[in-house]
Amino acid sequence: MSADEQTKLQPRIELETIGLQAYFGETRAVHGVSLRMPRHRLTALIGPSGCGKSTFIRCLNRLHEEIPGARAEGQVLLEGEDIYRRGVDPVLIRRRIGMVFQRPNPFPTMSIYENVASGLLLAGVKDRRTLDPIVERSLKQAALWDEVKDQLKRTGTRLSGGQQQRLCIARALAVEPPVLLMDEPTSALDPISTARIEELLLELKKAVTVVMVTHNMQQAARISDQTAFFLLGDMVESGPTDAIFTNPKDQRTEQYITGRFG
Amino acid sequence: MILLVTGCALAVLPLLAILMHLLREGASSIDLNFFTQVQKPVGELGGGMAHAILGTAAQVGLAAGLGVPLGLACGIYLAEYGGRERLAGPVRFALELLASTPSILVGVFVYGVIVVPMKKFSLFSGALALMVILLPLVARTSEELLRLIPQHLREAGLALGLPRWKVILSVVLRSAWPGVWAAILLGIARIAGETAPLVLTSFGNPTFPRGLDQPSASLPLQIYTYAISPFDEWHRLAWAGALVLVFTVLALNAITRLTGGSNERRRAD
Amino acid sequence: MERQIDIEIRALKELILNMGGCVEKAIEEATQALILREPQRLQRVYELETKINEHHIQVDEACVKILATQSPLAADLRWIVATIKINTDLERMGDQAVNISHNGERYLTEPALKPLIDLPRMASEVRQMVRSCLDAFVRKDLALAEKVLEQDDIVDGLKNEIFDELRNYMVTDSTSVSRALNLILIARNLERLGDHATNIAEDVIYALTGKDIRHGHS
Repeated sequence: MSADEQTKLQPRIELETIGLQAYFGETRAVHGVSLRMPRHRLTALIGPSGCGKSTFIRCLNRLHEEIPGARAEGQVLLEGEDIYRRGVDPVLIRRRIGMVFQRPNPFPTMSIYENVASGLLLAGVKDRRTLDPIVERSLKQAALWDEVKDQLKRTGTRLSGGQQQRLCIARALAVEPPVLLMDEPTSALDPISTARIEELLLELKKAVTVVMVTHNMQQAARISDQTAFFLLGDMVESGPTDAIFTNPKDQRTEQYITGRFG
Repeated sequence: MILLVTGCALAVLPLLAILMHLLREGASSIDLNFFTQVQKPVGELGGGMAHAILGTAAQVGLAAGLGVPLGLACGIYLAEYGGRERLAGPVRFALELLASTPSILVGVFVYGVIVVPMKKFSLFSGALALMVILLPLVARTSEELLRLIPQHLREAGLALGLPRWKVILSVVLRSAWPGVWAAILLGIARIAGETAPLVLTSFGNPTFPRGLDQPSASLPLQIYTYAISPFDEWHRLAWAGALVLVFTVLALNAITRLTGGSNERRRAD
Repeated sequence: MERQIDIEIRALKELILNMGGCVEKAIEEATQALILREPQRLQRVYELETKINEHHIQVDEACVKILATQSPLAADLRWIVATIKINTDLERMGDQAVNISHNGERYLTEPALKPLIDLPRMASEVRQMVRSCLDAFVRKDLALAEKVLEQDDIVDGLKNEIFDELRNYMVTDSTSVSRALNLILIARNLERLGDHATNIAEDVIYALTGKDIRHGHS
């Protein structure tokens, strides 16, 4: 078997947590989670509200620690490098790990164009010849280009909810992060917008490693390759999505996905 | 309902009365001289308020130049870092006390700290007193306004790999700017009309100030000087000065309203 | 907490139990008619088969409804998938009972070829398998389902013995051919019933454990 075939069979691990713990003050919200998120795969995090899955995903780009009193322990390896190592600048980490949030949050004072380019604009890249192709590529990747190409100067907040969320995805993609985190990206959207974003995610994961928190079990089942179930700060079980949804190993996973609690 | 309307009318009445009276007494005295001449010796006809207008402009400008950045810095510190900093509580408390201090006490304070050691009244000390009044206004309102900017916008910026200071300036402050700008204008309008602290600091001056360390006239003080004099000519100028002062303050408020209004329209989208 | 899906699954379970009862009864009537030489019992088999076919459709409709409206997952999903397959097996079992009746009807028009010994044993073994696999399904009894798989080997063995014995009759006595052939067909029908019971047992094991053990799959 050639090395190439081997990597195909055993996908490279893009992001991995080892004993990750997250605290709010003295309260421990995530209790030592170890999870591997393979390259160019979509990993879904499911679990009832307050199970720690959102906190977990916010540790993956060191956003958790921005909350006063919050901190994380353990390791998060991005392509083998611990992003919690002393001396690592979280700002640089966040350029490599994009994030899309539950509520669409385009910058209200910026145009659609500026929103998409904001990661670069605010980092000092002002040259239109550099920005134009990036804005176009990102909007196309986010399947929004055709809808907004004639109104790039308009405010981003005038778009519909689904369009705003795709704008946020384009904004995150513009800085070309190898990893994209999504915290319930469709929970504020209608079914059609949701379907569009799911379709988009299937396309995106060919180039980007995606980690997504979702409350929608059917969504996790539809589009993820790997699913991890969180409960009360622990990761109860993780595995291939079809296995989790047809034959979970843990009783608690079974009870949650069949709707017996949560 | 009728009671409410009557109440509102009673509330607006004094303002209208003041404006009418000022217009009647002062409008005729506003001419070119008013804006170009300084105080004339008693008995001479004419004279104007140029020195007072300039003095007020200089003192308010200086106070704003110092107070606005400092106030914004305080507001940003309290809103954006206040949650995790021990210093935030005391700072907020101090600003609150400062905001509710009678302005004459601010004057006394600056008198004690600046005027007495320097052994003279000065434009600079007047500006300083006005700044001390402006700073808590800008700080407290900008803090409140920055707090209104939803957390998820900050997170959006941070998640893009922007440093915190950049997120605060380019995203948070920019989003809150229309409101903050309004707060700054209102603050300036407020200090432009302050009289009490200036009596003990810039003191007043019948002619143009010759330096920052020299006593300076100001519109409110000059009105006071003219008004308590026994001379009709000066009374006339006092009315005109009062009219200019009131309209300046009104204009500032109006500008605030207009910019604030456009801000609300944008939010509603 | 009882979920909507629990209510619907309970109703579906009752339907499957009724259907299974009809199948058991049909097999009993068909084999007893043969063993006791009471052809009047066969009419009952045809009536039961009509009932089984009605159940077949009802169960399918109920399964589709649960799939469409409840989006079952995990154990619920496996249970529904197993039910759909069990439903098909039960319907086929009804058909086999009818086949036994047809073959038995022809056999009973002539005098007995020989005293039936292995065939009644086979029939009782098969009836027990059918009962066990349905009980295992309803009671979620894994051990019982696994026992059904072992019983299938006994049934296959009995069928081979019956085939050998009847072949000897046909070789030695040409007048026995049509009766022996009917008995061979009946043994074959019983063996098929055993296979369907085995299928059901395998579906039960899948529903309970998520393991697919068919065709030596682990």
